[in-house]
Amino acid sequence: MNDKGKYQPLSYFQLMEVSLRELLVEKGILSEEEIAQEVEAMRNRGYERGSRVVAHAWRDPAFKGRLLQNATQACEELGLEIPGLKLLVVENTRDVHNAIVCTLCSCYPRLLLGIPPDWYKSRNYRSRMVREPREVLAEFGLVISEKTQIRIHDSSADMRYLVLPMRPAGTESWSEDRLAELVNRDCLLGVAVPKGPKD
Amino acid sequence: MAAARFKPGEKVRVRKAFPLGHVRTPYYIRGHTGEVERVCGAFANPEELAQMRDGLPPQPLYRVRFLQREVWPDYRGNPADVVEVEIFQHWLEPA
Repeated sequence: MNDKGKYQPLSYFQLMEVSLRELLVEKGILSEEEIAQEVEAMRNRGYERGSRVVAHAWRDPAFKGRLLQNATQACEELGLEIPGLKLLVVENTRDVHNAIVCTLCSCYPRLLLGIPPDWYKSRNYRSRMVREPREVLAEFGLVISEKTQIRIHDSSADMRYLVLPMRPAGTESWSEDRLAELVNRDCLLGVAVPKGPKD
Repeated sequence: MAAARFKPGEKVRVRKAFPLGHVRTPYYIRGHTGEVERVCGAFANPEELAQMRDGLPPQPLYRVRFLQREVWPDYRGNPADVVEVEIFQHWLEPA
């Protein structure tokens, strides 16, 4: 929003949103309260669900196998309902580093990670991440060894992605909750890696 | 749904076409050759959905893996670096 304290007329899409919302309420399909609750829920959704999926996979190899095979079903096992989300989980290893971008717009697994950060939607990230990923990752403070293969996933159509980072050394006895705290949003997108006690 | 023409591991080329309208095939990948990484299933055709039509029958969607050095001749980094893009079947031809 270009809000300089001046009155701004509604844009085309803002006007469409208001009209649709008012019609839905007027026809009794949704109530004002339900809409407000959903907006609130969307706003409050963070990346904690994504972190939990990763921490669970670290501690349970069988679950990890199912997660890589069919991520949507595996998330449902954890009680995470992600209706309509065609989720793919890509695994980082010693030899492969994965990262996510949507070059066309800003597709993002909101149901697991909440609202995307502004940089994810920026033209800079979207255009350069497929062109010079090593340079972009270095700007995030993540230097990937020349020996490691980088796989960039362009979320260009119906699938959504989550990176399964490597479990840091020295966390072998950690609980799921403690592990989940190591996994922030950037780790789930592949622009950072979790830091353990030995890093 | 339309049958899937390509299998994982098969070489495919992205059509170098520039139709008007809402297209989910990024410009930078058009004309390039890659390898099918997996078949994602079939989804309503977004080009049709954008015209307020039903997008049916669903079109097979693939993830295609491209070598970065093939997409960007001056690419710096590991020669094995890849970019993987989701592409609908009608944008692919055998390579």
